[in-house]
Amino acid sequence: MLAIRDQRDKAAFAKLFDHYAARLKGFVMRAGAPKAQAEDIVQEVMLTVWRKAHLFDPERAQVSSWIYQIARNRQIDVIRKEARPVPEALANEDESDGEPDAGQVIALEQESDKLRQALEKLAPAQREMIERAYLGELTHTEIREATGLPLGTIKSRIRLGLERLRHELKDLRQE
Amino acid sequence: MSANISHHIPSEILAAYAAGSLGQAFSLVVAAHVSLCTECRAELAAHEAAGGAVLDNMGEESVSSDLFARVLDHLDDPVAPEPTPRSREGVFPGPVMDALKGRTPRWKALGGGVKQCLIGGDSDGLSRLLFIPPNQAVPDHGHHGTELTLVLQGGFSDEVGHFDVGDVEVADADLDHTPVADPGPPCIVLAATDAPLKFNTFLPRLLQPLFGI
Repeated sequence: MLAIRDQRDKAAFAKLFDHYAARLKGFVMRAGAPKAQAEDIVQEVMLTVWRKAHLFDPERAQVSSWIYQIARNRQIDVIRKEARPVPEALANEDESDGEPDAGQVIALEQESDKLRQALEKLAPAQREMIERAYLGELTHTEIREATGLPLGTIKSRIRLGLERLRHELKDLRQE
Repeated sequence: MSANISHHIPSEILAAYAAGSLGQAFSLVVAAHVSLCTECRAELAAHEAAGGAVLDNMGEESVSSDLFARVLDHLDDPVAPEPTPRSREGVFPGPVMDALKGRTPRWKALGGGVKQCLIGGDSDGLSRLLFIPPNQAVPDHGHHGTELTLVLQGGFSDEVGHFDVGDVEVADADLDHTPVADPGPPCIVLAATDAPLKFNTFLPRLLQPLFGI
């Protein structure tokens, strides 16, 4: 992803496409897109990945998490006429400052892997609920009422990576 | 700014925001609170990471063999620039300024010095700014659905607790409460409901259709 961001590397983009296109198609179809439209949405998402690559920050998000956000926004745009309200950007978010902090990137990666493993170990029924929640099929009330939905695990699993992130964010806020 | 926030957005609402299943009015409160609160910004990132894990584990659907070629064809298409998000003005976070289209709020008197400015409403919710003079109570009310209230200036207290700038109160349908503004600067809040409010006294109930609250 960094090769795409920094060198506009089309071979790296092809690899990313190979990994994500079929998953994205599965994702948008599970989230309700008709088969005929699914590839159009995949195309738009991948084009957005290319165009917004300069906004990708490996200290803040993993590639999968970043592409997930783009895919969600794309599907919301299709459904709603108004743009979804988004939080203020942080002070230096628009300009990637070259060298990412390797410690932060690795911490985030490790915690994301642990989170993924935790989700993989869930009982099938729980996994199904997690998928439905993050595909946008459940309301906030349904998410709260879904028993056994490991929101606490999600919150704490990624804590270490996020603790660092949180400190970094705090520092930024104070600037 | 975020150091003193003690009432945060509940996990299920952050998860729903990340997943895109939260209505426009609540999404505005989440975006405004996250603008002020690093803790919730970090937790939102956790939910986005969980969404990324779901995407990574998603069953694959084979794509047409020419899809990548089609993507490549459009790689350098000119795209209309997206509107730049507005930045914070005074007590109003960027997303609120976006929702106000950059204008200062147009207040409408509700009586007793209380003023409101409707921001947006559709079938899945209603959002508005409320201006409450010091020591003034907002009429006793319950709700059919959930109400989220984010303090932007001043503070208020009700049966549940005390809320300062950046704090969010989550009031469910079973809560009847009477928020009272703190002494000091007037209290300004961003409030959003996913169903119309129901006031418990006769007069406001008559006014309700009129003011749209």
